[in-house]
Amino acid sequence: MSEQQQKGKQEVGTVTGLYNEHGEWATNLGEKTIHAKRMPGRFRTLKYITESFWLIFFFGAYLRWDGKQALLLDVNNRQFHIFGLTILPQDIWMVSLLLLLLAMTLFAVTSVASRVFCGFFCFQTSWVDLFTWIEEKIEGNANARHKLDSAPLTADKFRKKAIKHIIWFAISVFTGISFTIWFEDAFVYWHNLLRFDLSMMEWATLVAFTLGTYFLAGFLREQTCLWLCPYARIQGVMADSQTIFPTYDDGRGEPRGRLRRGTPAADDAKLGDCIDCFQCVQVCPTGVDIRDGQQLGCITCGLCLDACDSVMDKIGRPRGLIRYASLDEMNGKPVKKLHQHPRTLVYVFIILLAFAGIVYGLSHLGSMTLRVEPERQPLFVRMSDGSIQNKYNFKVLNKTDKDIHVRILAEGGVAGQIVVDAERQQLVHHGKASGFSVFVKAPGMNVKQEVTPLRFIVVNTEDEKMKAEYQTVFNAPKN
Amino acid sequence: MSENHNSAGGVPTTGHVWDDDLGDFVNQPPKWWMLGLTASAIWVVVYFAMYPSIPVAINGSYWHGLGLPGSGQWTAIKELAADQKALDDVRQPYEDKLKAMTPAQILADANLSEYVARSGKVLFSDNCAACHGQNGIGTKQEGSKFAQREQGYMAPILNDDDWLYGGDIDTIYETISGGRQGMMVAHEGMVSDADIDTLANAVAKGEPTSTPLFAASGCTACHGEDGKGMHAMGSANLTDKIWRFDGSVEGIKQTIKYGVNSGNPNARIAIMPNFTEAGKLSAVEMKKLAVYVYKFGGGQPSAAPEAAPVAADAAASAASEPAAQ
Repeated sequence: MSEQQQKGKQEVGTVTGLYNEHGEWATNLGEKTIHAKRMPGRFRTLKYITESFWLIFFFGAYLRWDGKQALLLDVNNRQFHIFGLTILPQDIWMVSLLLLLLAMTLFAVTSVASRVFCGFFCFQTSWVDLFTWIEEKIEGNANARHKLDSAPLTADKFRKKAIKHIIWFAISVFTGISFTIWFEDAFVYWHNLLRFDLSMMEWATLVAFTLGTYFLAGFLREQTCLWLCPYARIQGVMADSQTIFPTYDDGRGEPRGRLRRGTPAADDAKLGDCIDCFQCVQVCPTGVDIRDGQQLGCITCGLCLDACDSVMDKIGRPRGLIRYASLDEMNGKPVKKLHQHPRTLVYVFIILLAFAGIVYGLSHLGSMTLRVEPERQPLFVRMSDGSIQNKYNFKVLNKTDKDIHVRILAEGGVAGQIVVDAERQQLVHHGKASGFSVFVKAPGMNVKQEVTPLRFIVVNTEDEKMKAEYQTVFNAPKN
Repeated sequence: MSENHNSAGGVPTTGHVWDDDLGDFVNQPPKWWMLGLTASAIWVVVYFAMYPSIPVAINGSYWHGLGLPGSGQWTAIKELAADQKALDDVRQPYEDKLKAMTPAQILADANLSEYVARSGKVLFSDNCAACHGQNGIGTKQEGSKFAQREQGYMAPILNDDDWLYGGDIDTIYETISGGRQGMMVAHEGMVSDADIDTLANAVAKGEPTSTPLFAASGCTACHGEDGKGMHAMGSANLTDKIWRFDGSVEGIKQTIKYGVNSGNPNARIAIMPNFTEAGKLSAVEMKKLAVYVYKFGGGQPSAAPEAAPVAADAAASAASEPAAQ
């Protein structure tokens, strides 16, 4: 064995070998701040539109409805208000369906069009976009920012940087405020905030969100997507060969080469369409080179498509050297239609199930619910006249905004049974569960079995249509 | 650290090589991490000074630590006391109201009686359940473990509607605060064994007046002409389905023969302690218990209870809904 071969064999799979291989990977560890170029284009416009969705986050909480906040997640009082609707803890199962729905929507969208959530909707993406937009307005375009960063500190640089950070911080504070007011009355919160009269919890939330926004959007930026965000990793497994990504068509682009003046690229048979202008890299907010193929750093925001298209237009080549395409398409396999993608269909099916559940829940919220717990100790009591009495602990939840009185009825059970004090009208407070006990007495001789089904119905005395029922049992001794 | 023994790829290692080519690099952890480690070590010392985790004995006592400067010395006991105070502060308005109210007034107040029911549960479990059973279901004594005189209930069931002394709220309160002593003389020698046998059989059927012996033997003096007992005396209703003591013929004979609290060594014992004298419960606590016991289901209002029959057809329901057994 020659010395060379021996050395080669040693290198493969060794620590040294791994180190050497690692050196060839372009890894963005955040040593260099990425100043992405901002170019107009279709996807840029789309991104502005989708990002404006977050205006709801900032201003939605100020909507009023019937003199109250329209959208209020009142965690302190354990109720959610959505316009006229009040959702109490008892209906919280719908929230889990909503979470399922949102998760499945993310899955479905990712399986079809990869990480469009990351590229177009994600708060990290959106806030970074806003922060860099401000940076560009103050410090100039990407080149100017690079230059400013490496320039020595002058009064002018200091002024620019200070203004930028003040605005960033102001936005961060406003973000913190906007988050908090979804959980308590917005106007009361502002009133308290301006008098510096917030609770510990409110201060903690405000500080956490302010600092979080400031550091994540101002400094960590794409590093968040690369190394912090779990969804970036999870979403990778939802994509497959049918999923469309921003893809560099290397068959058309390679071999890449600089366009020589006077020679149209088309005439140069040896060169592909890519003129190695690096525009796609310069506009990338995470600083990846899309021509290396699909990779972790790509948030599929499509800005490189805009950049490449504009270059293609300039050199007179057709657009779409970088385009949304699936792996199948790139490998020349037949491109299947959306409905031939079983995984997506499964996601959609689950979405529909969850949606149906929520619609059912919201339409069957009812204004009153009843829960009855039969007393377990004792299950029954023998009364002096030989009758058997059962005790039931009622929990009536009144979801209206008025206190009501209810009557109690019992169906089924033992022949000749009576609800003790059935004429008594029970007060049920609004917005919470009221508990009281109800006794049912049945003649001992009519009791035929240990357990007899029994159904309770509570009826609002003022509105006969408002009722709730609960199926339970009447317990009796063995005889 | 050892010298750089194996400069694989120019990266220094500790020199320890195993499995041919695996080694440990001597890379320093990041500076922020090292600073964090040092800061944690310093914090351990500071924290120990504030809240010593190990008692440090000093002159027969121990060192309490510095506490958080400016906020006094935190202790778990102080925190517990503060938490208890917070709870008491919430309860205080209710407790103050209860002091001035009679049990009947508390019962009439829906809010207060709910409040009372909750603390009543604890009080009942601590003070009453030993004899009356959890939730007042009674504690039945039967089998060879108990002597003949001990058969039956140790103390009355509280959630039925049979009351020896009366089931209205004020009487219940009176029973708790003043205690009760059951009383029935031993009829051994006064009434012949044969007559006791006849009486016991009649009583066991729930028809004490069916035998002329009932009046002749003087039973009516306490149990009433109709055998339904008298609340004023605490004598039992002999016509209903509820037995304070053993309801078998043998058991009834035992009761008649030796009486209750009669001084006879075979007599049954029925003593409700006087909770005022015992000093264990405050007046408010006894009021709470009265309301709690009343609400077991046997409480009797001063006026006759209104009860409306409910349309129920057991046969129909049994046919349509098989019982869950």
